[in-house]
Amino acid sequence: MEKLTERQNSNESSLSSSVPSVVSPSCEDVIPDLNFTTVRKWKDQHPGAKAIGYFPVYAPLEIIHACGMLPVGLNGAGDQLDIQYADARFGSFICSIVKTTLEMGMTKHLTPFDGLLFSTICDSARNLAFVFKRNFPEQYVDFLHLPHNPSSEASVDFLMSEYARLQENLEQLGGTKLTDAALNESIELYNENRRLTRRLYDERDGNPQLMRTSELYALIRAGNFLPVEEHTKLLKQAVDELPTRAGKQRDSIRVVIEGSFCEQPPVDLIKIMEEAGCYIVDDDFVLGPRWFTKDVSVNGNPMRALADAYSNASVYSSMPHDWRNPRHKQLIEKARRRKADAVILLIAKFCEPAYFDYVLFKQELEKEGIPHLLMEFEEKMFTFERLRTEIETFVESLLFD
Amino acid sequence: MTTQTEYRSQLHHRQKELMVKWYERLNEAAETGEPPTVSMMISGNCVELLEGFSAVPIYPEVNALQLAIRHQSLEPILLAEELGYAADNCAYVKADIGAYLRGITPTGGKLPKPTLVLCNFVGCNTYLKWFEHVAEFTGAPLYTLDVPFMRYDEPTHADIEYVVKQLKELIKRLEDLTGRKFDYDRFKEAVRCSSEVENLWSRIKHLAKHSPSPFDAYFDAITLMGPLYVYRAKPEGVEFFEIALKELQEKVLNERDDGEREQFRVVIEGPPPYPHFRTFRDMFAKWNATAVASTYSTVGGLWEFGARHDPSTPFESVARHMLEHNVTNRNYLQRYDQIKKYVEDWNADGVIIHFVKSCRLFSAGQGDMRDYFTKTLGIPTLYIESDLEDPRYFSEAQLKNRIDAYFEALEHQKLSHRGIEERRN
Ligand code: SF4
Ligand code: SF4
Repeated sequence: MEKLTERQNSNESSLSSSVPSVVSPSCEDVIPDLNFTTVRKWKDQHPGAKAIGYFPVYAPLEIIHACGMLPVGLNGAGDQLDIQYADARFGSFICSIVKTTLEMGMTKHLTPFDGLLFSTICDSARNLAFVFKRNFPEQYVDFLHLPHNPSSEASVDFLMSEYARLQENLEQLGGTKLTDAALNESIELYNENRRLTRRLYDERDGNPQLMRTSELYALIRAGNFLPVEEHTKLLKQAVDELPTRAGKQRDSIRVVIEGSFCEQPPVDLIKIMEEAGCYIVDDDFVLGPRWFTKDVSVNGNPMRALADAYSNASVYSSMPHDWRNPRHKQLIEKARRRKADAVILLIAKFCEPAYFDYVLFKQELEKEGIPHLLMEFEEKMFTFERLRTEIETFVESLLFD
Repeated sequence: MTTQTEYRSQLHHRQKELMVKWYERLNEAAETGEPPTVSMMISGNCVELLEGFSAVPIYPEVNALQLAIRHQSLEPILLAEELGYAADNCAYVKADIGAYLRGITPTGGKLPKPTLVLCNFVGCNTYLKWFEHVAEFTGAPLYTLDVPFMRYDEPTHADIEYVVKQLKELIKRLEDLTGRKFDYDRFKEAVRCSSEVENLWSRIKHLAKHSPSPFDAYFDAITLMGPLYVYRAKPEGVEFFEIALKELQEKVLNERDDGEREQFRVVIEGPPPYPHFRTFRDMFAKWNATAVASTYSTVGGLWEFGARHDPSTPFESVARHMLEHNVTNRNYLQRYDQIKKYVEDWNADGVIIHFVKSCRLFSAGQGDMRDYFTKTLGIPTLYIESDLEDPRYFSEAQLKNRIDAYFEALEHQKLSHRGIEERRN
């Protein structure tokens, strides 16, 4: 892989080098850790308790948590794993995360997990769930159908039944009963976590130089692995610390990143974008743990509250589907709200949902006169040179026009 | 031999008539605004419900495949790619959208702006995107009918209830859009027609258990599939499939098994490469290989294992059809079982897996499928790649080599088996 260091050093003065990195080193360490050390540690501390891995994007974490289990967001293997087995199962034209996830399974990296959860994100991921079932017959593998018709009154009821089904399976797996009180408590915990995340994005919005996106990204992504209680502490710390930081403003454009909702780009790529002069003021990285646009209600039937939130307060993304407020309109709204100079459509290679959405995104961005750039990435990239040039040219054209 | 020619021509003749008539109705709708039309996906379609409004279905998939088979798909695909569609998006969508924007239709007639774009989401996630795009480009209203995927072998009670409720919402929506009242009796009658057609179609499928099979359940099945989707819920459909069954039965009686016409019996998984349909077919014909069953012919419905629409519970049976009786909404392992049953009950020599670049619904994981059939079950399995709509992705020489090598090996295996048996006797 081509070295970043040189470039980084040369730019260091213009970046927010004075930012104290209390949070990020440990968070950055968690990301490439395919041994899931934090998960193993949690299991050691909670003998007998189960960990459930979920494939992006969304899973009802509250239900898993309220069953006394640790929900863990799977995000592929980055550049940490050579594919030996998965290529033969999922051939050409299939995105990387599907293959690396299966590869992790086949190389026993997923042994800390007592169950794996998939949902209706795309055709490749859905088939993956069943390939897992066949290859790991002992493993609890479940598939959630998250409804695609939120305009139907029946959709909340249906999702409740789907959640109830999950609950039953988890109860059986863990040997404990889920109570409404426990679920409400979990909802509160996750509400707080999401609230802090939203706040962090909002507060950084006015002063993006205070926290690099690569740092924020690591912090948010660590939430995939850590118990929510612990992660919330880190978020709180970051929120408190933000105003005390000193970051130098730089000549940068404000961009919104869209399209990396499932497979995650290499962190180096995010860094390159920042070095090239982008303040990434919003993004759709690691969307699962920050799925709801507002708090989930805790005054009533908690299962209904969760199902209702999914139908009516999900973040827009390539999944789910809600034509009441199409995602291409919402992207424009987001770009305007964040006063973005441009949108970068950052898409995983062979991610068909993102490819499709690109067409309407592009059309709408052009209609609205918002500059945009399309970039494709893979989990494992050997050179960033071409993308670096593309992004630099793009930024320059906007800065000096 | 004469019977065969007559039989083929009559069936094909009637098929053509029906399909032309359908496109004429669509043209009429484009010109006069009547009848109402509903754009819909083939998989798990609810064409019966449309009958309750005397509405006519538009099937973008049929349009796309017609374009491909007539070698007209490349131009619209290129146009769509200019708009931003990726090289790796499902080319059905690209051909359909490109053709719409360019005003290309399979027959040269007009296609109407649909009264409703109905995304009957049955398995394929591309459907969701495709129909959102159709709605965006045509400006027609969209209703997404969400059908829970088959996580288990059977749909749950909640699954059925959810789909039925949406069917009723859909009726309300169509009443508003067409200004017509839903005709329940007509709907029920449509469900009855469907069950008859399904019965006939299923019997046709079972004729392929004969050796030689009176038809090819992959290449010929495609001829029968048009009427199956467009006319299933109509008396014309019943009549058509009666003719088809009768003729194929006669063919069974008139053809003796000389071992020549049908040397190999295979099961084919995955859609065909429509832009090179003939060429591809010839690669199998050369070896006198017949597909005795195929998963692709069950995208619209899976009836050979006994499922039927039921006029005594019309809504529920439509829901069940959408949920569990079509290959696209069934999970991957159910598909393995389906193919396995075909191999066993239809007495096949092997399995051909046709990986289609466009279609991840079918293709994602087919390597695992191959592993299952070759390693776990020990069934000779061939894995080949091309596309169902994009003519650029078809490597003729390579496919031919692989197919030849496969049948050579099968032949060798058969000969040595025969040798062993002869020695035993
Ligand atoms: S990256 Fe895209 S194609 Fe791959 S699993 Fe995720 S949503 Fe599906
Ligand atoms: S992905 Fe496959 S099933 Fe889906 S629309 Fe395309 S060809 Fe049809």
